[in-house]
Order: sequence, then C-alpha cells, then structure tokens
Amino acid sequence: MSSVDVVEGRLGPVDQIPVGEGRAFLVGDEPVAVFRPRSGGLHALRAICPHRGGPLADGLVDGEVVMCPLHNHQFSLVDGSCATGTDDVAAYSAAEEDGELVVRLRHT
Amino acid sequence: MTQTAERPDTPPSAPARSRLVVVGNGMSGARALEEILARGGGDTFAITVFGEEPYGNYNRILLSEVLANAAGEAVDNEDADDEIYLNPLDWYDENGITLHAGVRIVRIDRPSKVVYGDDGSVTPYDTLVLATGSRSFFPPMEGMWASTTRLTPGVFGFRSLDDATGMLEHVREHRTAVVIGGGLLGLEAAAGLQAHGVAVHVVHPTEVLMNQQLEAEASKVLRSKLQDMGMHMHLGVKTSEILVEDGRVAGVRFTDGSDLACDMVVVTAGIRPNIGLAMVSGLETQRAIVVDDTMRSVDDDDIYVVGECAQHRGEVYGVVGPLWEQAAVLADVVTGTNPDARYHGSRLATKLKVAGVDVAQMGVKIPERSSDEFVQFSETGRGVYQTVVIRDGTLIGATLVGDVSKVAALTQAFDSRSALPEERVKLLFDLGSADDGAAAADLPDDTQICNCNGVSKGDLVGCVEDGAESVSACMAATRAGKGCGSCKGLVKEVVEAALGGAGREDPADSYYVPGIPMDKPTLMREIRSRGLTSVSAVFEALAPEGRDHVGSKMGLTALLRMMWPHEFVDERDGRFINDRVHANIQRDGTFSVVPRMSGGVTSPDQLRRIADVAEKHEIPMVKLTGGQRIDLLGVPKEKLQEVWADLDMPSGWAYGKSFRTVKTCVGTDFCRFGLGDSTQLGIDIEETYKGIEGPAKMKLAVSGCPRNCAESMVKDVGLVAVEGGSWQIYVGGAAGATIRKGDILATVDSHEEALRITGRFLQYYRENANWLERTYDFVPRMGLEYLQAVIVDDSEGIAADLDARMQEAVDAYVDPWASDQTERTPGQFHDALPLVPLPQVPVR
Ligand code: SRM
Ligand SMILES: Cc1cc2nc3c(=O)[nH]c(=O)nc-3n(C[C@H](O)[C@H](O)[C@H](O)COP(=O)(O)OP(=O)(O)OC[C@H]3O[C@@H](n4cnc5c(N)ncnc54)[C@H](O)[C@@H]3O)c2cc1C
Ligand code: SF4
Ligand code: FES
Repeated sequence: MSSVDVVEGRLGPVDQIPVGEGRAFLVGDEPVAVFRPRSGGLHALRAICPHRGGPLADGLVDGEVVMCPLHNHQFSLVDGSCATGTDDVAAYSAAEEDGELVVRLRHT
Repeated sequence: MTQTAERPDTPPSAPARSRLVVVGNGMSGARALEEILARGGGDTFAITVFGEEPYGNYNRILLSEVLANAAGEAVDNEDADDEIYLNPLDWYDENGITLHAGVRIVRIDRPSKVVYGDDGSVTPYDTLVLATGSRSFFPPMEGMWASTTRLTPGVFGFRSLDDATGMLEHVREHRTAVVIGGGLLGLEAAAGLQAHGVAVHVVHPTEVLMNQQLEAEASKVLRSKLQDMGMHMHLGVKTSEILVEDGRVAGVRFTDGSDLACDMVVVTAGIRPNIGLAMVSGLETQRAIVVDDTMRSVDDDDIYVVGECAQHRGEVYGVVGPLWEQAAVLADVVTGTNPDARYHGSRLATKLKVAGVDVAQMGVKIPERSSDEFVQFSETGRGVYQTVVIRDGTLIGATLVGDVSKVAALTQAFDSRSALPEERVKLLFDLGSADDGAAAADLPDDTQICNCNGVSKGDLVGCVEDGAESVSACMAATRAGKGCGSCKGLVKEVVEAALGGAGREDPADSYYVPGIPMDKPTLMREIRSRGLTSVSAVFEALAPEGRDHVGSKMGLTALLRMMWPHEFVDERDGRFINDRVHANIQRDGTFSVVPRMSGGVTSPDQLRRIADVAEKHEIPMVKLTGGQRIDLLGVPKEKLQEVWADLDMPSGWAYGKSFRTVKTCVGTDFCRFGLGDSTQLGIDIEETYKGIEGPAKMKLAVSGCPRNCAESMVKDVGLVAVEGGSWQIYVGGAAGATIRKGDILATVDSHEEALRITGRFLQYYRENANWLERTYDFVPRMGLEYLQAVIVDDSEGIAADLDARMQEAVDAYVDPWASDQTERTPGQFHDALPLVPLPQVPVR
C-alpha cells in the first residue's frame, strides 16, 4: 500500500462562515467551498461548479444540497453528487476541531 | 480461436478482444457505439473511432439553434452551444474507446481487413462500421469555388459545426444573404441569419417551399408567415451563377438574367451521402451504400453501415429518427445480443425549427388512394393550415402549419398506428372532453417519445422511478426534448403522469414555492396568523418535517419582505447571491453594477463620475442597457463596495425580482408631438417606487404620445399620454421571452392619479401573483375586467388598504448600496472562486 498524502487546511474560526451560507477557501492548490447549513454540520465541496465553472460558495443551501447560482444545478453537500443532470463535484471532509475549521482533501 | 474442452488450470490471460473500428463520428456512428456499449460491447470489443471532424461527437440538429441563438441576449439559462456536445472527449476515455478526431479514412483494404487514414495510419479491424453521413451538395455553378477544394469566400454550406461558426463569423460584417434552396435546412439557415439582422433572400426552384414535406396549400401559408417575418422569397427561380468581385461574393445571377447583390450565399440545395470510401473499396453503392436488413453491406459480412450513408430497401434517410432504429438493430446483431434483429425501414416525421413559424409534418402529404380519408382545416387569416390523411382507420400522414398544438398526439397515433377517434376532426381540435392526459399514461412503455434522441416512454418512467422529480430533470437525464423540441409537450405529459399518477393534476403546481405545500393565499394567511417573520421560521412551522428547501428560499424572502416591510427578520442565507451583494452575477462569477438613472435621464456630472469609476477600477465593459441606463460589467465581488462608494449613486436594482426601470421619452419638453410630460412622470414614478420587491421583475415606461417611443404598450405597466391631458395606463405588456401588448387598465387625468393607480396595481400584483409570475401571465390569469373592478372601481373596498400598504413599502425603502457599505455578514464580499483568474468575460 502506498501512503496517501492527505492535504489538510486549518482555516481559522468557523464563524467566518455565516450560518446557512458557504465561503470559499484555498486548501493547498484546491479551491474549496465550505458550507454551514442551518440544520447543522459542515460540508466541503470543490468550489468550482463542474457545469460551467460557477462559484458554488455563492449558492443557496439547504440541509441537503447547494444550488449553483449560475444555472441552478444542485449538488449533494455530503458527497457532491448531482441529481440535476451535470457531472458530480468532488466532496471533501470538513470538521470543527478545537474551534477551528479543518478541511481535508480526501474524497469522503 | 482456441477451442478448449476442459477448464484450464490457471485463468487465461484476458482474451484478445475483437477489434471494432467505426468510420465517422457523427450522430449515427456515436449512437451505434452507445447502443453497442449498452449491450456489453465494451468488454467484447477493442473499439477505435475515426472522425474527420476535429471534435467529439455533437448534436448536428442543434446547429440551426446555434446559428439563431448566438444572436440576441440569452433570455434563458439554457443555451444551445453548451448542450451541443452529445459525448464529450472524456466519454471516449471512460469507455475505453480510442478516438482519432480529425482523421479521415481514405481506403479499406478488405482482404487484409485494415483501414488507411489520411494521417498515414493503418488500422486493422475484425468488424467495421461505416457511418460517414452526408455532405452539402453544391450544384455546379460559375463562381461557387475559389479552388478545387475551397469555396469562394462568402459561400457556405450548412452541415457542420465549422459551417455554423463560419457563418456566425461572417454575419458580423455582412448585411445581405441569399439562401439557395428553400427546404427545411434552407429555411432554418435563413431564419438563423435573419436573427442576426441580416437581410435574407430565399431562392427556391419551385413555387412550393419545403416541397419534400409540404403540398402547395400548406406551403403558401408557410410562405406568407416567412414573408411577414421580413424574409424575401424568390420562388420558381433558379440561380445560374454566383457573382464574385475581388475574390469574394458580390451577388447572384438568376436564370432569367437578373442579378441580386449580396455579400453572403448559403447553399442548401440538398445533401449527398459520403460514399466515396465505400466505392473505392469495392462495396455496392447506388445512391448510398447498399445494406441488408441486418445493416450489413451486401458485399461484406464484416462491414456494417448506419446513418445517412446507408441505403436500405431503396430508401436513404435524412433525419435522425430512422438512424436510431438502424443503430439499435446494428448493435443487436454485432454484439450477438439478438442475432435475429432486423431493420424494416422507418416512417418519417419532421419539424421546422424556426421560432414563431410552426410546421410539423409526418408521413404522406396528400391522399394517395381514392379510399384514403383526407381531413383539411384552413384558417388563413390566422395563418393556420392542418391536414390529416387516414387509411384503413390509421393515420398515415399529417401536416400542421401555424398551430402544432396537436403534434404530440398525432405523432403518437402515427407511430403506434393506434385507433383514431370516430370524429376525425378531434385529431386536430379538443372538442369538449378530450382526455390527452390519460392518453400519456396509457401508452405502452416502448413507445418512442423523443424521436431526435431516441427516448422511449419507458426511459422517462424509469427516470422518475430513479427519483427524478421534475420534467426538466428527466429531460436532462435522458436528453428527451433536446433535439428539435417538438416532443416537449408529450414528454411533459408522460413525466407528469408518472410523477402524479394517471391523469391527476399535480397539486404541487399550485404551491407558491415547491418546499411548502400551500398556495399563496393560504401561505400568507398562515404566515400572518402565526406571525412568522423569517424564512427559517416559515420552514420550521410550515414545511414538511420543518425541512428547509433550497429552491424555496428566494420566493419566501420576497414574500416576507412584501408582507412585513418593517418587521422582516433579514436572514442573508435566504437570499440569492444577487440580493446578498446587490449586483447581478455574471458567467465568470464577477458582477455588474447598474446605478439608478430615473427615467433614463442623466447629467454631465453623473456621466463624469461613471467615467472616472470605470477608469479607476478598470471596468472591462461600460454599456448602455435596454433599460435606458448604464451598466458597468465585470466587477469582482471584493470591489463592489468601493465602486458604489466612488459612484455615489443609488442602486438601480438591475439584479432583483423588483421594480427595475421606467423608460421615458422626451415628451412635451422637447418633442414636437408630445401631449404629456412623460419624462417628469417617469422620473416621479421611478423615484416613488424604486426598488420595491415583488414576485418578479417590474419594468415600466412612459410615452408622451401614442407614437409610443418608450415602448409603453409592452411593459408591465406602461403609460401613454393622449389628447386632452390624460394618460392611458397599460398593464401586462411584455417584449421579452414573451411578447404581449398590454391591456388598458384605466385612463386618468393627472400625474397624481397616474402615480396612484400605478402603485395600486403594483401592490395588488405583489400580493396576488405567484412567485416568478410576470404581469404578462398575471393580468390574463386574473382577467382585465376583474382587475379594473378591483383597482379602478374599488369593487372590493380594498383600494385604500392597497394604497396604504404600498405607501408603507415606499416609506421603508433604503438604498442597499448605501446601507451595505459595512458588511452584513462575515465575508459578504469575499471572492467565491479563489484561484480562478478574473474576469473571463471578453474585454472589449
Ligand atoms: C443589461 C441588460 C441587457 C443590456 O445590455 O441592455 C439585461 C441583462 C440581463 N437580462 Fe434582460 N437585460 C436588460 C433589459 C431587458 C429588457 C428590456 C427592458 O428592460 O426594457 C427585457 C424585455 C422586457 C422584459 O423584461 O420583459 C429583458 C428581458 C429579460 C428576460 C425575459 C423576461 C421575461 O419573462 O420575458 C430575462 C430572463 C428572466 O427574467 O428570467 C432577462 C434576464 C437578464 C439577465 C439578468 C440574466 C440573468 O438572469 O442573469 C441579464 C443580466 C446580464 C448580466 O450579466 O448582467 N432579461 N431584459 C438590460 C438591463 C436593463 C436595465 O437597465 O435594467
Ligand atoms: C442544420 C441541420 C439541422 C438538422 N435538423 C434536423 C432535425 O431537426 N431533425 C432531424 O431528425 N434531423 C436533422 N438534421 C439531420 C441530421 O443531423 C442527420 O440526419 C444526422 O446527423 C445524420 O447522422 P450521420 O451519422 O449519418 O451523419 P453525420 O452526422 O453527418 O456524421 C458523419 C460523420 O462522419 C465523418 N466522416 C465522413 N467520411 C469520413 C471518413 N472517410 N473518415 C472519417 N470520418 C468521416 C463526417 O465528418 C461526419 O462527422 C439536421 C441537419 C443539419 C445539418
Ligand atoms: S412618444 Fe410622442 S412625445 Fe414622445 S418622443 Fe415619441 S413622438 Fe415625441
Ligand atoms: S455553472 Fe453551475 S450550474 Fe452552470
């Protein structure tokens, strides 16, 4: 087994993300959108919509999906899967550790 | 081939897969591949594809749309060029297919079973599929060619993506086009060019346009529609020569000796199958490559042929429906899934894809035997002409011009040869109780619904069973309805039946937003009685299991802001990004900034400030909008606050579902015809109702006389000054995605009254319209007389309340650019795409 490098981003306080919204961060070279739905939890997806490059961090969010602001494709917050007919987006792990937002670039 | 009787002790290394080579990467070649993969062919074959065009595989049908659409403003969030690729390049990788794009196969060596490419490659095959399609036919004519391989600059065929992009390039600088050949393709090309403002002349050798599909009577109706669109028709005329000056097109000459000047010629005089390769390789060709019922060349069992280059039982097809059927048979036989599969020929249905000119045709165009029944309906005043031909109780032909509302049902009857209503006229009209809804549910699963993309009813129902919840989701997943579009109605019926049960109406249609099962009046009652003032509170109290719903947030935010001008609890996550940052998001994630310029009137000082801001912030484009103001486009999110501060002008609300603009004309101040001070009234209306939010955009205009220079009759509310110092107030007009002339709600005598009635109408609209329902739908839904009674005559005694509530909204107004100079939420103006270089929109 080869060892897997997990790129990790320690991104500072979770409060940077208003409840119910998303914000974009760079983790290594990867643009990542982190969402904080009102129903709880933290979710991270690649920040660029696979459809036409829309900014997912600007999308509306509910407990399950984010909706890209450009053409309304929806992506599962949990695994990035798209049920509206475009490609899936990569999903990463996001958690709060000691009050800090930590994102790991390992596909969940 | 080794023959093993007993099981080997060690597993054999993977058996060498048989080599399948496909020549031609067009619609049928790729379709054959998809069908082969669907039957597990990816495991049995090592697949190689050669395509002369340097692209992946695209939807040729959409070229007409590409040509037409690249014209005006995108009115919709879907555009065609996005969808034109059927299988992107990674699809080939994912399926282990080797694609040689841009390579033309020049010879087949059948004895050694190899194909030679024009790049010098030699590729062996076990099984070969020829799918070389057709090319444009250029009739021999002086001036057509610049060299043996190059057309005279300005002459185009209409077959490939390169043809379409070449034309798009060309129309930018050229004004007059001649289209040679008034068939389906020619008319679609003509309409596409016209959409770019080019003057178009169609030259057709007979009096009957689209003569392959239409008879004289139908063609006449079509012709007058096209002429109404401004197209010039030269029928019964032949072109004898293309006139060339300085190496480029300068005109055409007709056989009668007359000339027509033009700077562009599109030749749509027919197509010819690409059979040169088959001919030099010794395969039987007549009009196309001759095949048997298994889609195999009659000369060679290892060579299959599919698409427009195949000739089956004397027929060569030129539309995709038959190609899909051929591809399925070919795949059945090639993979051995069903060696007995046979192709028996296809029946033809076509549709003209020209916006505003509906033509659909299927089967025969006129009765052929004395016993054939012929039903004919013509209403030339409205430009409608329809016929059906019936033989032995089944539909064998139908022609619809001007009104194609019955095309889905007719196609169904035509394809399935199903029983027809006793009263034949019911085929064309709903008489009393026609039950089309039930019909969709009753269709057998293998009924083909979308002929362009070969989608059956079963495919759509399967999609719903897999969890698709909307018509558009099913369309996206199956591509149904994304070809010529004529099946959209039927797709909708089938999906709705599958979603909501046979014939039942979907109650969700009446919901104000999809996430809360209530219509608008019920929802408003609940919100008011429970005192719900935030979006999250509404979800918690009224949504199933209290769940929030992404597609409902924007509509709820708008509703609550209208209902609670002062008490509304502003949760920023309930707003769409445009409303979070008060600017319109663009395709590259930047934003546009449109300051308010009431009534379209500005001043040197304002213009100077705008110029300074544009210079200081290196604004990529400064543009006059269709709403009589100035747009600064391509502003990164982080810069918005700074730009607003430097402009020091109020927001024009070009981003919201809100009151947008009031266009005006110069009116009595300057115009020699002016009857009323339209400029001042427009400014007053805009200053009063600026930025008021609602269920959808509200765009207004005021014109100083019935010449209507501010386009008042096609606005949500439009005022027109008439003789005697009065103003006519039009409502429900539109000239966007829908065109509708407004209805006169009232005629009033003073500015004050005009302001009041405008406000009262807008308030009634805000309170009663569905989410995203523009006035052009709202006014006809409510009925003009009803609106006049309530708003003008106060029949329900609510006028004073409407006025008061509007006044409350006006009083509560704050300019968002001023109030959001400090951040409302952390990172409100942070970039959402940290790595992507901005801007990506073209900078002029
Ligand atoms: C900027 C402007 C074009 C221009 O360069 O002139 C424009 C730009 C857009 N229009 Fe428009 N429309 C503009 C005038 C119009 C007009 C003309 C007018 O206002 O008099 C119309 C026809 C009138 C009407 O609205 O019916 C118009 C009918 C539309 C429609 C079709 C609405 C409909 O239901 O018929 C849409 C799509 C929609 O609303 O869903 C649309 C949508 C859009 C959007 C907002 C697309 C979007 O949702 O992001 C475009 C924003 C581009 C951007 O990136 O900023 N735009 N659009 C015009 C801004 C006017 C302004 O000063 O506010
Ligand atoms: C503008 C336009 C609008 C249309 N609208 C409709 C419509 O609304 N409805 C409808 O049903 N049909 C429509 N059609 C017709 C439809 O597009 C064709 O019937 C269909 O594309 C035929 O598929 P095909 O695979 O046989 O040929 P094609 O799609 O032409 O594919 C053949 C491919 O093979 C390549 N090729 C040829 N020779 C070689 C060689 N020797 N080596 C390698 N590659 C080679 C060609 O470059 C081409 O890419 C339209 C066509 C056009 C041009
Ligand atoms: S609408 Fe009348 S007043 Fe206004 S510019 Fe036109 S002609 Fe003049
Ligand atoms: S870019 Fe995201 S939906 Fe189109």
